Amino acid sequence: MLRAQTLMELRLLARNGEQLLLTIIIPLILLIAGTQSSRIVDLGPGRPIDIIAPGVLALAVLSTSFTSLAIATGFERRYGVLKRLGASPLPRWGLMVGKVGAVVIVEIVQLALLSTVALLLGWEPAGGVTPWLWAVVLVVLGTAAFGALALLIAGTLRAEATLAVANLVYVVLLVGGALLVPLDRYPDIAQSVLVLLPSGALGEGLRETFTAGTPPFLAIAVLAGWTAVAGLATARSFSWE
Amino acid sequence: MPHPAVDISDLVMRYGDVAAVDGLSLRVETGTITAILGPNGAGKTTTIETCEGFRRPHQGTVRVLGLDPVADATELRPRVGVMLQSGGAWLGVRAEEMLRHMASLHARPLDTDALIERLGIGSFARTAYRRLSGGEKQRLSLAMAMVGRPELLFLDEPSAGLDPQSRRATWDLLVELREQGVTTVLTTHFMDEAEELSDAVYIVDSGRVIAAGTPRELTGADARNTLHIVAPAGLDTHALAACLPPATTADEPVPGQYVVTGDISPGLVTQVTTWFGEHDVLVESVLVERRSLEDRFLDLTGKALR
Repeated sequence: MLRAQTLMELRLLARNGEQLLLTIIIPLILLIAGTQSSRIVDLGPGRPIDIIAPGVLALAVLSTSFTSLAIATGFERRYGVLKRLGASPLPRWGLMVGKVGAVVIVEIVQLALLSTVALLLGWEPAGGVTPWLWAVVLVVLGTAAFGALALLIAGTLRAEATLAVANLVYVVLLVGGALLVPLDRYPDIAQSVLVLLPSGALGEGLRETFTAGTPPFLAIAVLAGWTAVAGLATARSFSWE
Repeated sequence: MPHPAVDISDLVMRYGDVAAVDGLSLRVETGTITAILGPNGAGKTTTIETCEGFRRPHQGTVRVLGLDPVADATELRPRVGVMLQSGGAWLGVRAEEMLRHMASLHARPLDTDALIERLGIGSFARTAYRRLSGGEKQRLSLAMAMVGRPELLFLDEPSAGLDPQSRRATWDLLVELREQGVTTVLTTHFMDEAEELSDAVYIVDSGRVIAAGTPRELTGADARNTLHIVAPAGLDTHALAACLPPATTADEPVPGQYVVTGDISPGLVTQVTTWFGEHDVLVESVLVERRSLEDRFLDLTGKALR
C-alpha cells in the first residue's frame, strides 16, 4: 500500500515537465553557469566551483522538498485527491509517507546527478567521508524543515496562492536567501537574519562542511528548530479539503 | 439484534452561524438502497460526508455499520465505498491507472478489468483525468467507490452528468449489488432515480427530514391523486361530489372532461363509475393519475429556486 502510493506520487512527478525543469534543469544550469560566476557575481575567495556546488545541492533540496511538494499538495487538496484518498484504507500518515518517499527518491537522483556533474567540473570537496555524512544530516533536516513549510502553505492557502507563494519563495531564496551566494557576501545586518533562515542554514551548512570540513552545528540547530515549529504549525492547521 | 447500516440521530452541522444540517435523523437498513432527495443546499452532502467521517458531528450521533465514522475510521474505511460529488483524482492520472491505484489500496479488490468492462471505462482507460467528460469522470468515480468490495456505498449524486445509457447501467449495477447484500446510500436530484431504484426515500430540506418512506408511501399517502373521466358534458358535478367521501372534489374544467381529486382508492373509482351508471351516462374513458414523487417533492419543498 505504501509502496503503491509512493510509486504513484513518483510517476505523477516524473510526468510533470515543470517539475523536472525546477528540480533538475535549473540547478544544472546554475551549476554550470556558477563555474563562470566570478565574472557575474563575486562569490568571495576560493574557486567558484567549490563555492557554487554545495549551494546548488541546497537549491535542489529546496526545489523538491519545498516548491514541488507545496504545489503538488496544494492541487491535490483542491481537486479532492487528499479527500478521496482520506476515505480509502490508506491512512493519513501513509499518505505522508508516500509523499516523503517520493521526495527522498527524487532528491537522491538530483543529488547524485548534481554531485557527479560538479565533480566532473572540478569540484574538490573537503577530504574524507565525514563531510558527506554531515551533508546527509543537513539534507535530511533541510528536507524536513522545507517539507513542513511546504505542507503548511499547501494545507492552508488556496491552490493558486500556494503556487504563487511556492514559486516566489523559490526565486527570493535563490537570489537572496544565502542559498547560492555565501553569507559573508551579504551586508552585515542581513547576515544575522539570513543565518537563521532555513535556506541560509542549509546553504551555509553545506558550504561549511564541504569547504572547511567542520561540523555545521549552528545550521543543524537552525534547521531542527524550523522543522519543529513548522511541523507543529502544519499539524495544527492542515486542512484536507 | 443487528444494527442498521447507517443510523443518524438529531445530527446538527453548522458552518459558522448557519446550520446546514439541523436535527436530522435517518436510518438505513442493511441491504437496501436509500435515496436522500432534496433541493440544492438542503444539507445532503454535509450529511453524507459526516457519515464518511470527513466531519465530526457538532451535535447528535452518527453510526455507520455500528461504528463511529471518526473514531473508528481505520476499521470503517476498508468496508465503505465513497463517491464524492466531484474530483478525487489527480489531473494527470489516467483513468485506468487511478482505478488500479485505488484497488491496490484495498486488501481484496474486485477484478479491475471486469469493472472497467462493466462500466465502459475501456474507451477512455488511457486518457488523463483532466480530459475526461463529466460522465466519464462519474463512471470512474463510481468504479473507484466499488473496487474495494465495500459492504456499504455512499454515492453523492452518482448519475449527475450521465447519459441515459450510463444511468441505466449504473442502476442495474446498484440493483445487482443489492442482491449481493450491499447497502447503498445515494443523494440525487432525479426523482425517477429515487422512485425506481430505492427502497427508502428521505426528502431533506433546510437540514431536516421533511418526509420519509418507500417511494410508494410517499406518492400514495395523503397524496391528492386524480381521476380523469371523459363523458358527455353538462353533468352535475356538485351532486357527484356530494356522494363521494369528504375532501374529494369533482369538477368539469373542460366540457366533457371530469376531474375527481382526492385519495383515489379502488372503492372510490367504483363509486364514481357507479354514479355515472346511475345517471345512465356511458363513460368513454377513466384514467387514474398517481402523483409522481416529483409532484410530492415540489409540494413539500416549494417551487422557489434555491
